[in-house]
Amino acid sequence: MVRVLKLELKGITKSFGSLLANDHIDVVVEPGQIHCLLGENGAGKSTLMNVLYGLYEPTDGEILIDDEPVSFRGPGDAMAAGIGMVHQHFMLVPVFTVAENVALGAESTKAGGFLNLDDTRRKIQEISDRYGFDVDPDALVEELPVGVQQRVEIIKALVRDAKVLILDEPTAVLTPQETDELLDIMRQLKSSGTSIVFISHKLREVKAVSDIITVIRRGKVVGSADPGASTTELASMMVGRAVSLTLDKAPARPQETTFEVKDLTVIAPNGHHTVDGISFSIARGEILAVAGVQGNGQTELTEAILGLQERVSGSILLDGKELLGRSVKEVLHAGVGFVPEDRKVDGLVGTFSVAENLVLDLYDKAPFAKGISMSPAKVMENANSRIGEFDVRTPSAASAAGTLSGGNQQKVVMARELSRPLRLFIASQPTRGVDVGSIEFLHRRIVAERDTGTPVMIVSTELDEVMELADRIAVLYKGKLVGIVPAGTGRDVLGLMMAGLSPDEAHADTVHHRPVRHTEQEPTSPSHAEGGDHD
Amino acid sequence: MTDQNEPQHPGGTPAGPPADPHADTRHADKHHTDKHHVPTPADEETAAVVSLDTAGGAMEPSAVPATAQSGKIPGGPDTLVRRIFTGSGMVSVLAVLLALILGGLLIALTDKQVGATATYLLARPTDFLSAVWGAATRSYVALFQGSVFNPDGAGVAGQFAPLMETLTIATPLITAGLGVALAFRAGLFNIGAQGQIIMAGILAAWAGFALHLPLGLHLLLVLVAGIIGGAIWGGLVGYLKARTGAHEVILTIMFNYIALYLLRYLLNTPAFQRPGESNPISPILDPSAVYPQIFGTQYRLHLGFLLAIAATVFVWWLLNRSTVGFEFRAVGANPKAAQTAGINVSRSTILVMALAGALAGLSGVAQVAGTEKVLTDGVAATYGFDAITVALLGRSTPWGTFAAGLLFGAFRAGAVQMQIQTGTPIDIVLVVQSLIVLFIAAPPLVRAVFGLNPRRRKRATAGKSRTAATTGGAA
Repeated sequence: MVRVLKLELKGITKSFGSLLANDHIDVVVEPGQIHCLLGENGAGKSTLMNVLYGLYEPTDGEILIDDEPVSFRGPGDAMAAGIGMVHQHFMLVPVFTVAENVALGAESTKAGGFLNLDDTRRKIQEISDRYGFDVDPDALVEELPVGVQQRVEIIKALVRDAKVLILDEPTAVLTPQETDELLDIMRQLKSSGTSIVFISHKLREVKAVSDIITVIRRGKVVGSADPGASTTELASMMVGRAVSLTLDKAPARPQETTFEVKDLTVIAPNGHHTVDGISFSIARGEILAVAGVQGNGQTELTEAILGLQERVSGSILLDGKELLGRSVKEVLHAGVGFVPEDRKVDGLVGTFSVAENLVLDLYDKAPFAKGISMSPAKVMENANSRIGEFDVRTPSAASAAGTLSGGNQQKVVMARELSRPLRLFIASQPTRGVDVGSIEFLHRRIVAERDTGTPVMIVSTELDEVMELADRIAVLYKGKLVGIVPAGTGRDVLGLMMAGLSPDEAHADTVHHRPVRHTEQEPTSPSHAEGGDHD
Repeated sequence: MTDQNEPQHPGGTPAGPPADPHADTRHADKHHTDKHHVPTPADEETAAVVSLDTAGGAMEPSAVPATAQSGKIPGGPDTLVRRIFTGSGMVSVLAVLLALILGGLLIALTDKQVGATATYLLARPTDFLSAVWGAATRSYVALFQGSVFNPDGAGVAGQFAPLMETLTIATPLITAGLGVALAFRAGLFNIGAQGQIIMAGILAAWAGFALHLPLGLHLLLVLVAGIIGGAIWGGLVGYLKARTGAHEVILTIMFNYIALYLLRYLLNTPAFQRPGESNPISPILDPSAVYPQIFGTQYRLHLGFLLAIAATVFVWWLLNRSTVGFEFRAVGANPKAAQTAGINVSRSTILVMALAGALAGLSGVAQVAGTEKVLTDGVAATYGFDAITVALLGRSTPWGTFAAGLLFGAFRAGAVQMQIQTGTPIDIVLVVQSLIVLFIAAPPLVRAVFGLNPRRRKRATAGKSRTAATTGGAA
């Protein structure tokens, strides 16, 4: 790794129609630097990187490599110039081996047109050894954990001799431990001369690893900061106004327990037990947060409660009544408010107006309907009052919900679910893809619902959110309940629980020593120390 | 002749002289098949665009932050079909206009005088151009006279006869089109209007000639029998889809076959075949079982047309003002969200298909109790397939479908007059119809022709063409 590379984006402008996604953005990535692009969802970070990677043609501006202007017609050009990208959603073929995936697109052949993977295998082994990736070239990608798959993506870029590595929201799919490992890998890459463009909206990680931070807001660079800046400072730069990152919430005053799940098991069509014998209960006036890495049974758990899952056994009692085996409508009518994890897929009908979405599960109830005749006036009336109450920013109640920003879409879903008297409130990923300003608001509403005496269940893969909202924290791992711990449990312990350790084991581990996965890893990485203090 | 009513085999029948009024089936079949082919390349294009758009996650940066977590567009592969069916009405108008222009050029191409002037095109291009213009306008004027108003008609009655004929032909197109449109709003691609019309026709006709009941009651029974026949045939498809997950396109196509061959079989049984007749034709319906003619016996226009208007109003109300329609639309636009909101998707599927079948059933009744008064195996003609086009052109809205039904009725009514007056082949109308479908399926093409593509042209041009289009479309 002798060749180093200086990358400069000069006045990059990208517009889609009348929309300015990038507005004269200047960024200089010095060789061997971890340069963080910090910004909210939709700030234009990904657009910028897609311009850099040759996926979009910039409307204006130029890309300079080692002070030479270059133009990329596609990812191939970018790769040839030494730029590699790891997308948030991996571009891997699951049924191929690591070596096959790495070779894909640049396969070399033996005489007679046979695929020659030996070269690739050797290179993978070399890189894997150098950085301690611990990747077997002949493993099937689908059998690897997400964190390792990500390393395969990084290897793919390095094999193609990438000097600048773009990581687009790389930590979204990782456990806290895997995140720490990734941060270590990034540091190692840096020390061997690879520059990294790190795209994130998670302040903790950004502060832990960056050399310099460029903050982007609404398509513009609003400034740069060094990693020493405080989280509040960075957050306000990102949002454009002062935000409070900590939620002032009164301690919970739990009353009687009205919601109880006993020995709940959900079996997927392929026979897997996606939820495996889970039991827990929630008291009125209490928030139970369910933590865990994405895909460990959270979706199935909430869907089972709502009646959306087919093969479910066990028992779900709300106010002493069995919910299992009832239709979704009956469950909703029993007083369950449900905010699904993906608002675009499950929560909203994008082409429907905001007003219609606000009655999506109330449309057949008075006052919105008499018999089968609906009253558009009542629907509108309801919409206008909800829009006011939840501060939904929309041109009008008649605008299509799909045109609103993520935060406002989420407010619509939340407003709908909180607009009737509830006996149980379930919110899955309540603030995913939502701007920081709206997060504050949505969190307050959730706590307010708790304080009216509703049992609240929050499912989140964001540890920060879990720690902020929870009165108790349940951790799921591979469909099983690892344990329920009180609020205030340390991030380290929770992280280990998310990787499957029982609460006791996790406590023991964090007290005595760090889990050592790779010999070359430092016993205590700086990110841990920092992470624990700041959030 | 009978083979021509089969739902498929595009162009399989050799072009024979169109002796009976339904002989043009094969052409309708052709454009029916066209519709299946058209989306494929466009689909890929859309997929490419979508993947590009979502890769960056920021087509509209601050307005719609693409939650990077969900790169999927809800609705999946049906999105394009949905867009075609529910796109803007302006594209419909422009598509009709464009199809008429191209149709005009085709007419000119077959015109003798145009051919003659073309030989000295370079010497006197004006002759050629005026011949082209003359040929096209003559044909379209004849089309208009044959479908709306004929100034040469005998008296006021004769002058308005073409319009009455248009409305008569439009009646089954409208109701069957409404059936297709309604199902489509619930996310179902109902190809089965043909079979639903046939089943309705069978039941309605049987009630009409086999039972002998008092006036009023008899017709009511015929109507109800037809509606139920269509509803069962459609509802069965909905049931199978809801219970087994079978695709409704396959189901409806197969159900069309079943209905058609059942009809043919029945027409050869003593219960249906007219006594003393060797042809597959039923007895004539009782006078008490047929629709009264609205403007007297001089026109064929019957009560079915008023029912078509009522059906349009009903579908409008259902979709826009009822909880049932709310469910249909929610299921059609995002079934997962609908399900999460407690809407029973299976029930909606069954119900909407039954209602779609009932609407198509109205067409069946209009045929046997309105225009034909007997049951033959050509009872559905190609109305069931044309209904798809009508719904498409009408953007799956009730009144859009109504208007599209009128337009297609006019084409059919006027085509005969056009052939008589100008010698322009009737087939040209089918070409125009097919072109309309083609253009609707490719909105970017239409916009490009009229210079409306937002990224390339300025607003001013767009505005100008839009006015041009509206005036042109009205003519």
